[in-house]
Amino acid sequence: MEMPLNIYEQQGKNTRATWLVILVFIIFFALLGLGLDVFFLGFNPPDNYFPFATLFAIGVAGFSAYISYKDGANPVISATYAQPVDISNFKEKQFDNITEEMAISAGLPKPGAYVIADPDPNAFAAGTDQSNSVIAITTGLLDKLNREELQAVVAHEISHIKNYDTRLMTVIAALVGGIALLSEWAKRGFWFSSKSVRKSKFGKGGAGALLLIIWLVAVILAPIIAQILAMLVSRKREFLADASGAELTRNPLALAEALKKIEFSAEPTRSISYGTAHLCIIDPLGRRLNNKEGIVAEIFSSHPPVVKRISALREMAYRYTVPK
Amino acid sequence: MGLTIFFAIAGLITLWVIITYNGLISLKNQVLNGWKQIDVQLKRRHDLIPNLVNSVKGEMKFEKETLEKVIQARSQALGATGVADTAKKEDVLSNAIGKLLAVVENYPNLKASDNVKQLIEELTSTENKIGFARQFYNDIATKFNIKQQVFPSNIIASFFNFKNAELFEITVAKERETPSVDLNT
Repeated sequence: MEMPLNIYEQQGKNTRATWLVILVFIIFFALLGLGLDVFFLGFNPPDNYFPFATLFAIGVAGFSAYISYKDGANPVISATYAQPVDISNFKEKQFDNITEEMAISAGLPKPGAYVIADPDPNAFAAGTDQSNSVIAITTGLLDKLNREELQAVVAHEISHIKNYDTRLMTVIAALVGGIALLSEWAKRGFWFSSKSVRKSKFGKGGAGALLLIIWLVAVILAPIIAQILAMLVSRKREFLADASGAELTRNPLALAEALKKIEFSAEPTRSISYGTAHLCIIDPLGRRLNNKEGIVAEIFSSHPPVVKRISALREMAYRYTVPK
Repeated sequence: MGLTIFFAIAGLITLWVIITYNGLISLKNQVLNGWKQIDVQLKRRHDLIPNLVNSVKGEMKFEKETLEKVIQARSQALGATGVADTAKKEDVLSNAIGKLLAVVENYPNLKASDNVKQLIEELTSTENKIGFARQFYNDIATKFNIKQQVFPSNIIASFFNFKNAELFEITVAKERETPSVDLNT
């Protein structure tokens, strides 16, 4: 058998990645602010003009990163209209029980169990700490999966929580939203105040115009780049969570079955939007791209092809049954 | 110069003793905590059993023996002391419950009852929790024991009189005998 995956290395990697994302986010805001200062507010260092927009942007970035970290899963819960489990409902109580079972097996505090009223089966985990994390599943998932398969899905999500994937993903989800919003705002700012560009020192020369164009392209592309980054990050982690989840339940085939069932009810999960797609066990947007291979799919899909994941799990099941 | 080296080495050794000792204490607490996890679930199971027995016994007049075995195993388990003894008696109880749940499958009336369905779900879940808690406890207890046995931390362990943790396990032969019961319905 292969060496078991080292959870501590993965945790360390995710912690570093989280800080990196926050840092990049703040730098992006600072550059955006600097652009505003230079091109629109007439920021000329010799004249001692105060870089108001830059400092303001850094302040906003730092504050919103802090808030999104503190807030944990709350924004995602309210964005998807997730409700805490109703323990008088048999299936929801079962889901709650399973969540506690898998938390025990992973040695974690029990995450909050939430249900989203949506007929399309899907599931995600969110939270910035092992103690403020939640697992949410759709009612469609609850209806379509049996106990064993539901356990496999919850184990997959618990693994995301255990190795801090959810922290990274939740912070990215919050910050990607922030970047999209800000980029929109900066673009509008440009249209409204394009006249003032001529006043500024940088606006005159060819170099100044070039800088302005680069800045504008960066502003326009930022949300797309942030989205690609989020997807890149999530795609790699799905295989790992599949494997460590299956290690918790010792039942890789149940997860393979669950993935098959989720995948083949192909309608998009309506309650889950673009910004939180990378948190889910299966791409909620039903993008066929995920199942293609090649460079375009590699860059733009948030999840690896389900067929590949299923065959990896089958291989794992085979290894379990063959004596060492 | 010689004195400086002496103090440096003495300092390093003291530091090592402190770190090793703290590591052992931390593991010991994790073991105790792991045991508590098992204990909570075992108690929960003991509480659930009378409820289940009461709600199925009306229908299952002809399965008196199965029911009695569960009740008997439960009272045996309640009197268990120590990890190994508990593991053994709880295993007997697990088997008895497994048989009972398998028999319930043959009674469509019972299976359809919401009350019984809920009790079975709770029992199944508790059963799973015991299994996972046991796995977790055994892993951490093994880690604790290994640290007490390997050189050089064994010096600290024996000096401070650390004791090996008992594993919560059932002999392999017995595990094989256990009929595989599908509890996932």
